[in-house]
This record gives sequence, structure tokens and C-alpha cells, in this order.
Amino acid sequence: MIFQSTRMTWNIRVRFSLAFCILLMSAFAITAQNKPKEETKKFNENCLKCHGQSKYKYVNPESGAEVTKRMYLETIINRNEFYDSNHKTFKCTDCHSEDYDTFPHPGRLRMEAKYACIDCHGGDEAYAKFKFEQIETEFQASVHSTKHSDDFNCWMCHNPHTYKINARSEEKIKDIVAYDNAICLNCHADITKYQMLTDKVNPNILKTHAWLPNQALHFKNVRCIECHARTNDSILVAHNIQPKAKAVHRCVECHSTNSILMASLYKYKVQEGRSKAGFYNGVIMNEGYVIGANRNYYLGLISLIMFGCVITGILIHGSLRIIKRKK
Amino acid sequence: MSGKIYLYPVWVRLWHGLNAILIILLILSGVSMQYTDPANPFIRFDIAVKMHNISGIILSVNYIVFILGTFMTPNGKYYKIAMKGLTQRLIKQFTYYTFGIFKHEKPPFPISKDSKFNPLQQFTYVGAMFVLVPIVIITGWALLYPELVLTKIMGGSGLKFNDFIHVIIGFFVSFFMFVHIYFCTIGATFISNFRSMVTGFHESH
Ligand code: HEC
Ligand code: HEC
Ligand code: HEC
Ligand code: HEC
Ligand code: HEC
Ligand code: HEC
Ligand code: HEC
Ligand code: HEM
Repeated sequence: MIFQSTRMTWNIRVRFSLAFCILLMSAFAITAQNKPKEETKKFNENCLKCHGQSKYKYVNPESGAEVTKRMYLETIINRNEFYDSNHKTFKCTDCHSEDYDTFPHPGRLRMEAKYACIDCHGGDEAYAKFKFEQIETEFQASVHSTKHSDDFNCWMCHNPHTYKINARSEEKIKDIVAYDNAICLNCHADITKYQMLTDKVNPNILKTHAWLPNQALHFKNVRCIECHARTNDSILVAHNIQPKAKAVHRCVECHSTNSILMASLYKYKVQEGRSKAGFYNGVIMNEGYVIGANRNYYLGLISLIMFGCVITGILIHGSLRIIKRKK
Repeated sequence: MSGKIYLYPVWVRLWHGLNAILIILLILSGVSMQYTDPANPFIRFDIAVKMHNISGIILSVNYIVFILGTFMTPNGKYYKIAMKGLTQRLIKQFTYYTFGIFKHEKPPFPISKDSKFNPLQQFTYVGAMFVLVPIVIITGWALLYPELVLTKIMGGSGLKFNDFIHVIIGFFVSFFMFVHIYFCTIGATFISNFRSMVTGFHESH
């Protein structure tokens, strides 16, 4: 992000450029393997021996005694999730300063500037399909960014230590929905996280969506962004979260044959399902039944034919009765 | 045999009237939801959902009235199908409707105080009231409380299966209704059976 890079000191810039080149080079090596190297894992244990669980130990240099302390939840990194994430091949110090190897960590590191996604992914052919630049522009136009400028950055939704692409790789729509909605609910259902960014009282999500029937079912089957982000055909995950007044309110936007669901995630998945099953919206059908949206073509046809037969039968019988009636 | 027999007690007439209105509302809202089109909705989707849910709930209560009435009043005897010779009787009634009626033959099973339905009527009424309608009611409630539905049935989505059954059997109920209304025009006169359902008295030929 521009804001952050202008804040970087010269020193950091040099280091950043170096790191960036190394990263780019290693990225090619990595894509060949795409598995964390053993030595990387071993190196990361230098950090994870403290940050990997809820307690850590250090030797008090003055008394020489070993002290056990609690590691706060926010600074704990789950090894399994980290080594399953997009950035699993990274050393902690690829993103963090090498000076973190000392404990207590030097106070000035608190001011350490963090990379933004675009610093590494911008203009990189290997990630062209993700369209980072376009996502960046969309995000800048979203409520989150316009209301909170650079306090709100990509990392807020993309946890640096756990983020893993889902929409592109997961098979089951339900799992994608669960993953994506957890991202939003992380703040919108958690007052302390929300108030990190604003003093507003977090409006209760359940109350503000009371107009939606079967709310629990909807939240399990529809992504928040389906209603809240402006759909953009050229990127897979829309990032332009709109003010609440612009949110989708009309049921038929989804519950119809040309459901908006078809235009987003589902569009990406739908072709195979449709050609296989002959359903208009095959994929939605696979995962659940959106009334209206997955009208079964053959079922509709058979119903119509049967209906036609019933009516014709009645008409024929009725006409015969009239023709043959007692004079 | 001519004149009037009292066949439809007050509760049957009230139950039936309410039942007919509700089923019509359910069919209209159901079809509107199934074939909804955002540009020109037949009934706006959320209204259709509410309409369908409320009518369905009242229909369930009304159905309980029907069950109680059938098992606790003498009206129930008309719904007892005698299995012996059933096929022959059904065929006989069917041939009457397909041929005899046009030759102005006498109905093979005339309406009387002891049997108010002919075999085909009895068969379809029992089928509709004790098979189709209960299935639609149960699957309908399952859609209101999806968490109660088995989520997996033979590897597929239970909710989807449930919904599928609801829609299909719902269609059958609509077919029943059309055929039913048509056959009610076969009476002493075109409208005499409908009059019976209001006054309670059956008019014979
Ligand atoms: C001896 C235990 C220990 C080790 C080893 C350790 N840390 Fe920490 N780290 C902590 C504790 C405790 C905190 C929270 C208190 C603080 O900020 O100093 C922390 C905080 C942090 C923070 C957050 C600082 C902030 O501004 O909020 C980062 C980033 C960090 N560590 C990175 C690392 C990295 C990278 C390594 C490995 C190179 C590492 N740590 C190794 C104990 C450790
Ligand atoms: C892809 C880059 C990246 C990698 C790899 C990475 N981090 Fe981080 N880490 C970040 C960013 C960015 C933040 C700041 C997040 C924020 O501001 O919300 C952060 C924050 C932290 C924090 C502070 C958390 C907090 O909420 O205060 C700790 C502790 C930490 N990292 C430790 C580690 C350790 C240990 C590893 C190695 C296992 C590691 N990081 C690997 C990018 C990374
Ligand atoms: C320090 C540089 C750096 C930063 C910062 C960074 N990435 Fe990455 N990212 C990489 C590299 C290198 C890879 C390749 C890792 C691999 O293939 O194992 C990668 C992989 C990815 C992938 C997976 C690609 C795939 O095909 O599996 C996604 C998605 C991704 N990053 C998104 C992000 C997002 C979103 C952010 C910001 C929230 C971000 N990255 C921040 C360097 C970075
Ligand atoms: C309000 C939350 C939010 C913010 C802020 C956010 N994202 Fe995302 N992003 C998401 C969600 C949700 C997904 C979908 C994750 C999935 O299922 O793969 C996603 C997915 C992505 C993907 C993967 C898309 C694909 O094609 O697979 C990329 C790349 C990405 N975001 C980049 C960014 C960048 C760059 C920023 C900052 C400019 C950013 N995001 C900010 C919520 C956010
Ligand atoms: C890091 C915390 C955080 C995350 C993650 C987050 N939000 Fe927000 N969101 C906020 C805050 C804080 C506001 C309040 C903005 C304001 O009015 O100051 C907000 C505002 C909103 C609004 C606008 C409400 C209005 O008043 O117009 C919508 C809509 C929204 N978020 C949806 C989402 C969606 C959808 C996601 C997931 C893709 C998400 N948010 C993820 C913190 C977050
Ligand atoms: C079916 C569409 C739909 C879905 C799905 C949906 N929302 Fe909303 N949301 C809306 C609408 C419409 C409003 C505006 C309500 C109003 O103003 O009365 C709204 C309002 C909001 C607001 C603003 C509340 C306020 O009063 O300030 C937030 C925040 C929000 N939604 C977040 C979420 C999150 C997080 C999710 C996912 C768990 C989500 N929404 C899912 C349609 C939806
Ligand atoms: C953003 C898209 C979206 C919007 C807007 C939306 N829905 Fe839904 N709705 C869904 C999805 C997806 C399901 C999940 C169906 C499933 O998987 O079982 C669903 C399920 C339902 C169900 C349960 C159907 C069943 O099979 O059990 C009802 C009822 C329903 N929606 C009514 C409404 C009403 C009324 C509105 C408007 C107030 C509305 N929906 C708006 C997407 C949407
Ligand atoms: C507008 C729609 C309807 C009209 C005009 C109508 C008309 C009639 C008439 C005239 C009768 C009396 C003749 C007879 O006994 O056969 C009757 C009886 C009956 N109808 Fe309907 N009907 C309608 C809808 C329905 C529906 C939707 C159902 C069930 C789902 C239904 C179930 C029955 C039953 C069970 C009887 C026999 C009642 C008894 O005497 O015990 N009807 N109907």
C-alpha cells in the first residue's frame, strides 16, 4: 500500500528491495516444490518455540532462573494452520525483522513497517490470475478502506499466518462460505476486534439481519459479500464492500433463475455441474436447494406435460359430455 | 330414488371450504416461488414465502380437524376401503366414466346414505387425504425447520431430497384438485354437487 511504503525509512527500503528480489527468486524455486523446507521449519521453531503455544519460557539473565509466562492469544501462531497457509514456505523473518531473534524483542521493532500484499504480488506474472492490482483498487473504494484509510489493510481479513485460498481451490461451496464468512464475523461478531478500528458500538449482526428468514441457514449458505460487495465479473472474489444502504435486500436477486449467486462464486463452479446434471444452476443444487434458483429443467418439463395431459383429458371428457348430453 | 340426502355435515363443509381456499393459496404461492422471475414476479418472493408458510400452518391445523372428524364421527366410514373386489369396482367405475356416461347409463354405484363416494372417488380421496396431503405437510414443516431434516440421504443432500418430494407431491395435489373439481361437475346438474357442498344435501338424479 502506498501509505505504508511512504512511511518506510530508507534503511527498510533497501532491505525490502533485497528481500523482494530474494523472494521473487525463491518464489520460482518454491512453486516447483511448494512445500516448506525442513530447514525453514527448523528455523521457524526459533520463533514458534515461544509463539507456537500458550506459554513460553526464558531465562532471566539477572537471577539465572527459568521463567514460564503466558503467551497472549493474539501472538500465538498455530503451526498446522501456518504450514497449510498460502505462505507456508516462508520463514517468519521473511516478513518480520531478523532482530526478533532476541528476547525481549527490541522496542523499536514495534514500529516495524509491514509489507502489503501488493509489495510482493504487484506486477508479478505468476499471480496475474489473482488480479491483485484490481483487488487493491476495489478494496480502496470499499467502506472499510474509505472510512478507516490505512488502519484497515488487507491483513485485517487475510490473517498473515493462516490465510489460505478457498474459493479457488475448495470443492464444497458450504466450506467456502464458512471460511469466508468467518473472516467477516471475526470483527462483526467480536466487539473487541471491531472496536480496534472504531468507537462505534458494533451493531448486532443477528438483529440487523432479522428481516432475512431462516437466517442461520442463509449465513451458512450465502457469503456476506454476496449481498455486501459489488459484483465484479473480472475477479473471483469481489472486494468492494458497499455501505449498508446498497446491500442486496431483494430475495429474488438470489431466488430466481438468474440469481446473483450465479454471477459470483457459483459461476466459477457452475459449468460442469450444469452440463452434467441438466439443472439450470447445477452447483447450487449440489449443495442445497435455493428455492427458485435451481429449477430442475426436466422436472419442470414433466410437470408441464402432465399438466397438459390433465387439462386435455378434462377438456375431451367435458366436450364429449356436452355433445352427448340428453336433449 | 330421487330427492335429497343429507351427506355433508357442517364440519365437513367448513373444513372443506377452508381446505380448498388454503390449497389454492398454497398452489399459487408455491408455483410463484418455484418459477419466480425477478423482472415480473407473479407474487413478490417474500410475500409468496409468507403466504405459503402461513397457509401451510393453517392447513396443518385444518388437517388435524379432518383426521379427528374422520376418526371420531360417522363420516369416517366412507373412507374405509373394502379391499375385496376393489380392482373390479374401480374398473367398473372407470368404464362408466369413459363409456357408460356418454350412453346415459345409470351410475354403477349410486350415491346413498351408506356409501357417499363411488369407488374411484373413495380411492382418490383416501389417496389425497391420507397419502399426498400428509407428505406435503410433513416435508413442508421440514423446510421450515431444516435442522430437523436428515442432512444426508444416500450420499445426497437431505434437504434437497425433502424439497424435491415437497414440490413433486405438491404438483400431484394440484392435479388432484383439477380432476376433483372437474368430476364434481358430474352430478344431477353441472353445479349441483357444488351446491351440496354448501347446503349439505346431495341431489340425486
Ligand atoms: C522467548 C520467547 C520468544 C521468542 C523466541 C520469540 N518471541 Fe516474539 N514475542 C514474544 C513475546 C512474549 C511477545 C509479546 C510481548 C512483546 O511484544 O514483546 C512477542 C511479540 C512478538 C511480535 C509482536 C510485536 C508487536 O509489535 O506486537 C512479533 C512480530 C514477534 N514476537 C515475532 C517473533 C519472531 C519473528 C520470532 C523468531 C525470529 C520471535 N518473535 C521469537 C516471545 C518470543
Ligand atoms: C507473509 C508474511 C508473514 C509471515 C511469513 C509471518 N508473519 Fe507474522 N505478521 C505478519 C504481518 C503483516 C503482521 C501484522 C498483522 C496485523 O497488523 O494485523 C504479523 C504479525 C505477527 C505477530 C503479532 C500479532 C499481533 O496480532 O499482534 C506475531 C507474534 C507474528 N507475526 C509472529 C510470526 C511468526 C512467529 C512467524 C513465523 C512462524 C510469522 N509471524 C510469519 C506477516 C507475516
Ligand atoms: C513478502 C512477500 C509477500 C507478501 C507480503 C504477501 N505474499 Fe502472497 N505470496 C508470496 C509468495 C512468494 C508466494 C508463493 C508461495 C508458494 O508458492 O509457496 C505467495 C503466495 C500467495 C498466494 C497463493 C498462490 C497459490 O497459487 O497458491 C496467495 C493467494 C497470496 N500469496 C495472497 C497474498 C495476499 C492476499 C497477501 C496480503 C494479505 C499476500 N499474499 C502477501 C509473497 C508474499
Ligand atoms: C473485508 C475483508 C477483506 C479485505 C479487507 C481484503 N480481502 Fe481479499 N479476500 C477476502 C475474502 C473473504 C476472500 C475469499 C477467500 C477465499 O475464499 O479464497 C478474499 C480473497 C482474496 C484473494 C484471492 C482471490 C482469488 O482469486 O482466489 C486475493 C488475491 C485477495 N483477496 C487479495 C486482497 C488484497 C490485495 C487486499 C488488500 C488490498 C485484500 N484482499 C483485502 C476478504 C478481504
Ligand atoms: C478488521 C475488522 C473487520 C472485518 C474483518 C470486516 N469488517 Fe466490516 N466493518 C468493520 C468496521 C470497524 C466497520 C465500521 C465502519 C464505520 O462505519 O466506521 C465496518 C463496516 C462494515 C459495513 C458497512 C456498514 C455501514 O454502516 O454501512 C459492512 C456492510 C461491512 N462492514 C461488511 C463486512 C463484510 C462483508 C466483511 C467480510 C468480507 C467485513 N465487513 C469484514 C470492521 C471489519
Ligand atoms: C441476503 C443478503 C445479506 C447477507 C447474506 C448478509 N447481509 Fe449484511 N446486510 C444486508 C442488508 C440488506 C443490510 C442493511 C440492513 C438495514 O439497513 O436495515 C445489511 C446490514 C449489514 C451491516 C450494517 C449493520 C448496521 O446496521 O450498521 C453489517 C455490518 C453487515 N450487514 C454485515 C454482514 C455480515 C458480516 C454478513 C455475513 C455473516 C452479512 N452481513 C450477510 C444484507 C445481507
Ligand atoms: C444472497 C442470496 C440470497 C438472498 C438475497 C436471499 N436468499 Fe434465501 N436462500 C439463499 C440460499 C443460498 C439458500 C440456501 C438453500 C439451501 O442450501 O438449502 C436460501 C434459502 C432460503 C429459504 C429456505 C429454503 C429451503 O429450501 O429450506 C427460504 C425460505 C429463503 N431462502 C427465503 C428468502 C427470503 C424471503 C429472502 C428475502 C427476504 C431471501 N431468501 C433472500 C440465498 C439468498
Ligand atoms: C376449489 C376447490 C374445490 C372444490 C370446488 C371442491 C368441491 C367439492 C365438492 C363439490 C365435493 C362434494 C362432492 C363429493 O363428495 O365428491 C367435494 C368433496 C370433497 N373434497 Fe373437494 N373441492 C375442492 C378442493 C378440494 C381439495 C384441495 C381437497 C383435498 C386436498 C378436497 C377434498 C375433498 C374431499 C376429501 C371430499 C369429500 C368430503 C366428505 O364428504 O367427506 N377438495 N369437494
